[in-house]
Amino acid sequence: MSNDTLIKIEKIDGRGCVVRGDDVDTDRIIPARFMKEVTFDTMGEHAFEDARKDAKGEHPLDQERFKGSSILVVGQNFGCGSSREHAPQALMRFGFQAFIGGSFAEIFFGNCTALGLPCVTLSPEDLSAVMDAVELDPEQNVEIDVQSSKVRCRAGEFEAGIPAGTRKMLLEGSWDATRVLLEAGDQIEQTAAALPYVQLPA
Amino acid sequence: MSNAPKSLFQKVWDAHTVRELPSGQTQLFIGTHLIHEVTSPQAFAMIRELGVPVRFPNRTFATVDHIIPTDDQSRPFSDELAEAMMTEIERNCRDHGIQFFGPESGAQGIVHVIGPELGLTQPGMTIACGDSHTATHGAFGAIAFGIGTSQVRDLLATQTMAMAPLKVRRIEVTGELKPGVFAKDVILAIIRELGVNGGVGYAYEYAGEVFDRMTMEERMTVCNMAIEGGARCGYVNPDQTTIEYLRGRRFSPSEDEFEAKAAEWLALASDEGCHYDDVVTIDGSKIEPSVTWGIHPGHNLGVSEAIPGPSEVPDDDRAGVEEALEYMDFSAGANISGIPIDVAFIGSCTNGRISDLREAAKVARTGKVKDGVRALVVPGSVAVQKQAEEEGLPAIFTAAGFQWREPGCSMCLAMNPDKLQGREVCASSSNRNFKGRQGSPSGRTLLMSPAMVAAAAIAGEVVDVRKVATED
Repeated sequence: MSNDTLIKIEKIDGRGCVVRGDDVDTDRIIPARFMKEVTFDTMGEHAFEDARKDAKGEHPLDQERFKGSSILVVGQNFGCGSSREHAPQALMRFGFQAFIGGSFAEIFFGNCTALGLPCVTLSPEDLSAVMDAVELDPEQNVEIDVQSSKVRCRAGEFEAGIPAGTRKMLLEGSWDATRVLLEAGDQIEQTAAALPYVQLPA
Repeated sequence: MSNAPKSLFQKVWDAHTVRELPSGQTQLFIGTHLIHEVTSPQAFAMIRELGVPVRFPNRTFATVDHIIPTDDQSRPFSDELAEAMMTEIERNCRDHGIQFFGPESGAQGIVHVIGPELGLTQPGMTIACGDSHTATHGAFGAIAFGIGTSQVRDLLATQTMAMAPLKVRRIEVTGELKPGVFAKDVILAIIRELGVNGGVGYAYEYAGEVFDRMTMEERMTVCNMAIEGGARCGYVNPDQTTIEYLRGRRFSPSEDEFEAKAAEWLALASDEGCHYDDVVTIDGSKIEPSVTWGIHPGHNLGVSEAIPGPSEVPDDDRAGVEEALEYMDFSAGANISGIPIDVAFIGSCTNGRISDLREAAKVARTGKVKDGVRALVVPGSVAVQKQAEEEGLPAIFTAAGFQWREPGCSMCLAMNPDKLQGREVCASSSNRNFKGRQGSPSGRTLLMSPAMVAAAAIAGEVVDVRKVATED
């Protein structure tokens, strides 16, 4: 992903896919044995691999009706456990561009933001309505409006939770943080020099 | 600057703040960046593509732990993928002038074991690593975060990262722990009380008599698993125990400046009367040796308790309990004690330190590993391994039928050849009992303290370590 261009994320829409259940951990999203790679290139092939094998073709990621979906709808505390960015990388490379859930684990959420993948939350009632609607009619368009913090689908329009800072980063295109951080220039060395344990590099 | 009382978290955060970002987040300087072979190679590739150098190579330290074999560590590794990752981190460290604690350095080990033992981890630092168990370093009164690879990139390029400040929850564990109850049981009890996502948005400040009395290694075990309770960071205020641990370590301040540094460190502790966003008190005397029965660390209970059924938990947890019982193939109402095990694993960044091995060895002296049980002891670092050898621990373990291995992460996450097979049940001193965590997609993990693991290895089933007669 190039740092030269700002990619502003105001709205994401597409078909949804529903993975139910709470506390889905990153080991389940990408089992550790598939992380033995020095790139993220192959991660998409192994998204939810063990859960999918176990479900014998019935896992939502394998169901014909959800083919080509770009928004993953999940439960509470999605992405808990390991800090591995391999997890959002796997889901992104599988084809997902955003997540709607009850809540997200903190590191997973940060990793997604760094990749430009919005994670928005809904109240339990609204989430349940969206999950039911998408399962009933997977062809419908699901829209995440970052600008107005809304989720829209045929079931209606719902107030979506997204922290103000994250929302701003997505809207301004500053979610790819390195460039923004580099802009601090010498301020970084000034902060470092005031710390008792840091010596500036030669 | 206001003179209002501040928590340690606030003091450390303020000292490391570079500026407020347009998004409202803080650009935070990270004083110590620890890297390992799994989550760093992509980050190095990204900075190469950006054409920027490593900004503070002198504040970046590397080791290899996740993929390293624990039987034969000679090069090249028999696993080509592991060898490729090893070669990559060696190259990246060489190219960027980063100190690498590989096997030949004599200081290799799990990143969260070697940081403290080298004295790299000190009070008042900000520390980050592409590993969720980085909170371990909080035991020293450092603010330590697990991060993803994009943030590893940010740190390589700028030594800073963008982050929103956390709220602070003080968790006081009062009273005295009963014999046979360890730091592992304390953190499992905390997670059971507050839930696996109760800590989202918080830094945990652990305090109270139980923490005051704990050794540094015990504090590390508790801080290590902050993330299992949803908290990205957990810490203990520095005290005399912290100071004594750091005296004379390789990267600790030299003798002539040590006392002055020690005084600075003690002053970092949270001020009397500072603001906490939440305070929770737990009675330490009520904590039992704990064991997990399900598929996340919140699914744990005292060893004398029975496995809960879906009807005994709040509505929101019901589906999770059903899923866990089905995966584990355990029955609601059955005692956790008496559940047969196939494998015993002692090690990991949670419980792979010398004090853990000593406690396990006390139990190992009392018998032999049950026929049919595979039992592994994996020291957390070369230093732990050497210390154990000096104390004669390997002989005790091998005489009892445990395998004594080379240091690494090993069967905690099974990125090396140490894996469960099929539906095996593993009594494990590690930190996660997620589905498939220990290398077999259908493998089952029961988390417990190292002493409890050793007792289970001998009995061939989960037992209450308090019923094992050790010479103490």
